[in-house]
Amino acid sequence: MSRVRLPVRRPWRLAAEATALLVAAVVAFPLYWMLLGAFRPAGEIESTEPRPWTASPTLDSFRRVFEQHEFGRYFVNSLVVAGSVVVASALIAFLAATAVTRFRFRFRTTLLIMFLVAQMVPVEALTIPLFFLMRDFGLLNTLGSLILPHIAFSLPFAVWMLRGFVRAVPESLEEAAYLDGASRARFLWRILLPLVLPGLVATSVFSFISAWNDFLFAKSFIISDTSQSTLPMALLVFYKPDEPDWGGVMAASTVMTVPVLVFFVLVQRRLVSGLGGAVKD
Amino acid sequence: MRRTTVAPPAKRSAPATGARRAPATTPSRRRGPRPRGGWTPWLYLAPALAVLGALLVYPVYQLGLISFLEYTQAQVSGGEPTRFRGLANYTDLFADDQFGQVLLATVGFAAACVLGTLAVGCALAVLLTRVRALPRLALLLAALGAWATPTITGSTVWLFLFDPDFGPVNRLLGLGDFSWTYGRYSAFLLVLLEVVWCSFPFVMITVYAGIRAVPGEVLEAAALDGASQWRIWRSVLAPMLRPILGIVTVQSVIWDFKVFTQIYVMTGGGGIAGQNLVLNVYAYQKAFASSQYSLGSAIGVVMLLLLLAVTLGYLRLLRRQGEEL
Repeated sequence: MSRVRLPVRRPWRLAAEATALLVAAVVAFPLYWMLLGAFRPAGEIESTEPRPWTASPTLDSFRRVFEQHEFGRYFVNSLVVAGSVVVASALIAFLAATAVTRFRFRFRTTLLIMFLVAQMVPVEALTIPLFFLMRDFGLLNTLGSLILPHIAFSLPFAVWMLRGFVRAVPESLEEAAYLDGASRARFLWRILLPLVLPGLVATSVFSFISAWNDFLFAKSFIISDTSQSTLPMALLVFYKPDEPDWGGVMAASTVMTVPVLVFFVLVQRRLVSGLGGAVKD
Repeated sequence: MRRTTVAPPAKRSAPATGARRAPATTPSRRRGPRPRGGWTPWLYLAPALAVLGALLVYPVYQLGLISFLEYTQAQVSGGEPTRFRGLANYTDLFADDQFGQVLLATVGFAAACVLGTLAVGCALAVLLTRVRALPRLALLLAALGAWATPTITGSTVWLFLFDPDFGPVNRLLGLGDFSWTYGRYSAFLLVLLEVVWCSFPFVMITVYAGIRAVPGEVLEAAALDGASQWRIWRSVLAPMLRPILGIVTVQSVIWDFKVFTQIYVMTGGGGIAGQNLVLNVYAYQKAFASSQYSLGSAIGVVMLLLLLAVTLGYLRLLRRQGEEL
C-alpha cells in the first residue's frame, strides 16, 4: 500500500490541517460534553449559562448510577452478551466465509446474495416473531434471548466482510500446507485463522457494537426478571422524557461508552487496515 | 470495467485467451474457489445456516404469516382464534393517511442521512490524505470516538447538547429556549445530525483506506497534468473507488433506512402526535404500544420489500460493471 503523496502547496496544507483539527474538535465535542456533564455537580448542570469547564468536579452522578439497584449486574450482563456474540459470530462467520470463497459449489452465488439480502431485514420488525419464538423456547428473561438473535443479525455482514480477507490468502499457501501433510482442519485453524485475524477484528467491532447497543430486545424480551437486564435499560432509568436527570444520564452514558472506546482503541490499527483489506476488491 | 484505462473492454477480449471478467486492477488474483470440496463447504456453512435459518429466516417467514392474519392481544393470549385476513392488513395500511406520511418521511429522512453521511465521510477522507500525521491522528481518533459511542448514549448526549434550557448549542447560536424537538423539521434535523455524526466514521475510514490503496503515481500524474482537486476526485479517485463507494452507499442506505434508536429516544417514540415517525418505529409502536401485531408485521414486510429493491438494484449494478460476487 503506497502512501498517496500529492504535491500540495504549503498554505493549502496548513488550511487543510486547520480544518482537520477543527472538525476533530467538533466531532469530539459531544463526547467531551458527556464527560463534563458526568463530572459536574448537580447545580452546574442545571445552569442556564453552561460553561465548557467545571471548577469543582465531583463523582456524585457516578455514585447515583452505581448505587442504582444491581447496576454492576447489568454491566456484567452486557459484557457477557457482547462477548458471546463477538466470539460466536466471528467463528461461525469465519467458517462460512471460508466456504463461500475457497470452494465452488452449487448455490454458492445464491447463498452470497442471501447473505447480502439478510442484512436488509429490519431487525426491529422481527421483534414480534422473535418474541413468540423466545417464548416457545422458554428463553424469555434469559441472556440467551439477547445473545442468539444478535449472533444471527451480525452474521450476514460479518461473512460479507470476511470474504475479502479469506480470498486474499494465496491458494499456493493452502496447496503447500496440504503437500506438507496438513489436514484440512489443521490448515483452517492453524494457518487460515491467524491470517484473517485482522478481518475478524474488524467484523468483531460491528458485532460488538450491535450487541452492546441493543436496547429493543432487552426491553422486549427481559420483561420480568430485571437481574437479566442490560446497561441501556439502566441508562433509560435516568432518562425520563419530561424531567431527565442529566447528570445521571451523562454518568451512565460514560460508563456505557468507555468499554467500547477501550475496545476501539485496542483494535484501532487493525480496524483501519482491516476495512482497507475488506474493500480492496 | 471503466475503472482502469489500461484494460481492454471485457467484451472484446477473445475467449481463447481465457477472458476473465475479473477486475483488471487485480490481475494477480485468480478466481479463488476451486471446484473440489464435495460436502466440506456445506459442513463449514452448517453453523451459519442453522443460526440464520432459526433466527432470521423463520422469523421473517412468521412475520409474513402474521401480516396476513388478524393478530392482536386477544389472539396472543389465546382468547380468540387467529383468523386469516388475506391482504386486508395491507389494504388497511395503504388506506391509512398516516402510513403514507410515514413512508414518505422515512424515504426522505433516509435519503438525507445517506447523502449527508457520504458527503461528510468522503470529504473528510480526502482531507485525511492532505494532512500530516498529527492532525490525521486527531481526526481519526475523534471519528473512532463518535463511531464507538453506543447509539443510545449518542442520542441522549445530543439531546442534552441541544437542550433548550441547559444545552450549549442554543447558547452558542443565540437561539434562546428554542425547542428542537417541538417542530417536525427541526426534530428531524437534530436526529439527522446525530445520525451523520455516528455514521460518517465508517464511510471516512473505509474510503480513506481505499484512497491509500490507489497508487500515488496516478494522482501525481493527474496533478502534473494540471487537474484541480475536484477534477482529480471526480475523474480519477471516484472511478477507482467505485466498488468501495458502492459498498458504503449500500451499507448507509441499509442502516439509515432502519434508524430506530435515535428516533425512538430523541423524539420520545416518534415525536409529538407521531410527526417524527419512521417506518421502523411506526411498526414497533403499532405492534407493541397498540398490540396490533398484524399491522406491525405488515409494515415490517413493506420495509423489507423496499430494502430488497435497493439490494437488487445494487446487484444489477455490480453485474453491469462485470464484477463477480
